[in-house]
Amino acid sequence: MTDVSERPERVPPIIKDTPEGADVWERVPWDAEMYGPVQDWATDIDHGRPEYNENAHQIWHDLRESGCPVAHSERYGGMWAPITHETVHEIAYDTENFTSRSVVVSHLRPGDLQLPAPIGGAPPITSDPPFHQVARRLLLPPFAPKQIEPWEDEVRTLCRGLLDAMGDVTPGETIIDGAVQYAQHIPVNVIGRMLGFPQEDEERFRGFVHDTLERINEDPNERSDSFQHLEMYIDDQIEDHIANPRDDLTSYLLDVEIEGNKLERDHVRGTIILLLIAGIDTTWSAIGSSLWHLAQHPDDRHRLADDPEVMDFALEEFLRAYAPVTMARLVAKDNDFHGCPMKKDDWVLLPFPAANRDPKQFEDAEGFIIDRQVNRHSAFGLGIHRCLGSNLARLELRIAIEEFVARFRDFELAGDVKWSIGQIRGPRVLPLRIL
Amino acid sequence: MRVHLDAGICQGHNRCYALAPAVFDVDEYGQAVQRIDDELPSELEARARLAAANCPEYAITLTD
Repeated sequence: MTDVSERPERVPPIIKDTPEGADVWERVPWDAEMYGPVQDWATDIDHGRPEYNENAHQIWHDLRESGCPVAHSERYGGMWAPITHETVHEIAYDTENFTSRSVVVSHLRPGDLQLPAPIGGAPPITSDPPFHQVARRLLLPPFAPKQIEPWEDEVRTLCRGLLDAMGDVTPGETIIDGAVQYAQHIPVNVIGRMLGFPQEDEERFRGFVHDTLERINEDPNERSDSFQHLEMYIDDQIEDHIANPRDDLTSYLLDVEIEGNKLERDHVRGTIILLLIAGIDTTWSAIGSSLWHLAQHPDDRHRLADDPEVMDFALEEFLRAYAPVTMARLVAKDNDFHGCPMKKDDWVLLPFPAANRDPKQFEDAEGFIIDRQVNRHSAFGLGIHRCLGSNLARLELRIAIEEFVARFRDFELAGDVKWSIGQIRGPRVLPLRIL
Repeated sequence: MRVHLDAGICQGHNRCYALAPAVFDVDEYGQAVQRIDDELPSELEARARLAAANCPEYAITLTD
C-alpha cells in the first residue's frame, strides 16, 4: 500500500476557503480559549470537551431535573442540544426543518451549494428526502438480517482469537484492556472485510475515525489533512476494485445502478466513507461500555454466563443504557422549537443516548434491567435514518459479550477509564483485572 | 388476538423478527413482513406482545 501522504498532488478539493457567498464549507471562527472548560451545560454545552462523555449521564440527568429540555451553546457557530425523549424524537422525524447535510458537528459547516441537498457528502446518512430513500435502498439488502446472520461464525472466531491473544491469565493479577485489546478490533475487522480493504490497514482506519469524530474541538486548520488522506485512501481502494472487481461492498457500489446509471464517483466514495467511519467506533464503543458495566455488576455478569437466553433482552438494555451514538442535524429553516429560536444553519445535536435515559419514556430509566421486557430504545436512531448497520452491530455486540463472559466469569475495573470525545461515546482505555 | 404491522411506519429495526419470528419475517431489504393475518394461535400471543412492546417506531398494533 502506497502511503497516501506522499502524494500531495492528488489532494482533492474537500475543504475550500470561502471567498464569497455561502456556497462552500464555512469555517466557524476558532480559537482555543473559546473551547475551554464548560461552566454551565444548559447554556454552554460542548460535547467536544472530555468532561462531557465522562459525565454524560449526570449532565443529562441534571439538565432534565432543572427543566431544560434543550441546551444551547454559542460554540461551533451556534448549537442546540435537545436531551429529552420527546424533543429528540420530534427532530429525528422532522426532515423539513432539520437537514442531515452534515451529521458531525464541527467548526466547518457545509453551505447549501457545497453539498447540494439532498445527496450530501456521505449518502444516505447525509441525504434528505427524496434522494435519501433512493440511496438507502441500495444499501439495505447487504445489511439485512439474513445477509448479516452468516457472519456469526467469523465474528465468534475473531473474538476468540483476540481473547487467546491476551495470553496466559493469572486470576487476581492479570490486567487486560477491554477497549484496546478487544473491543476496538472487532468492528474494524468486519467492516474492512466487507468492504474488501487490506486487513493490515486497520490501524489506519481507526486513525481516520479518530480524526473525523474525536478531534472536533481542535484547531480546524490542523484537521483538514486527515480528511484529504481519507478521501485519497478510499480513491486508491476504488481504483483497485475497478481494476480487480470482487465480491465485496466496494465492488457492489461500483456496479449497482440508480435508474440505469452507475453511481457517481463522489457518491461511491462518500458511501464508503460512511460505512467505514460509522461501522467502527460505534460498535467498538458499545462493546466497551457493556464491558465497563459488567465489570461493576457481578450479578449481571453471572446472569449472562448462566442464562444465555437472557441475552435477547440484555443486548437491548446495553444498547439503551449505553447507546454510543449522538447524531446531528443542521437547522434547515428558522423555526421556533419548544420556545427555542432556532436559526438556519445552527447545529442540532441529536443525543439518542440521552433520550434513552429519560424517565418519562422508560421505567427506571437510569437503572440497568438486564431482562427489560418493554424497550423501545432509539440507540440506532428513529425514522428514515435508522442505522443501516444495526443488524451487524447487534451481531458484533452480542457475540463479543457472549465470548468475553464465557472466557472470563469475573473481572473488575483496574484503573482509570478514558472515555472518547465527541458524538460517539465509549471507553477508549478500559483496564480490567481478571478475577 | 390479531396483529397489524404498518409497513409505512416500519424502518427495519428488526426487533419483531428477533422476538417473534413465528409472527414476523423480514424481506430482502430488512423490512418487517407480517406472517399471520388471521387470529394468532394463542401460544404466539406473548411473543407478539413482546414484539409490539419493543418496536421503536410503534409500527405494530394488537387487537383482541
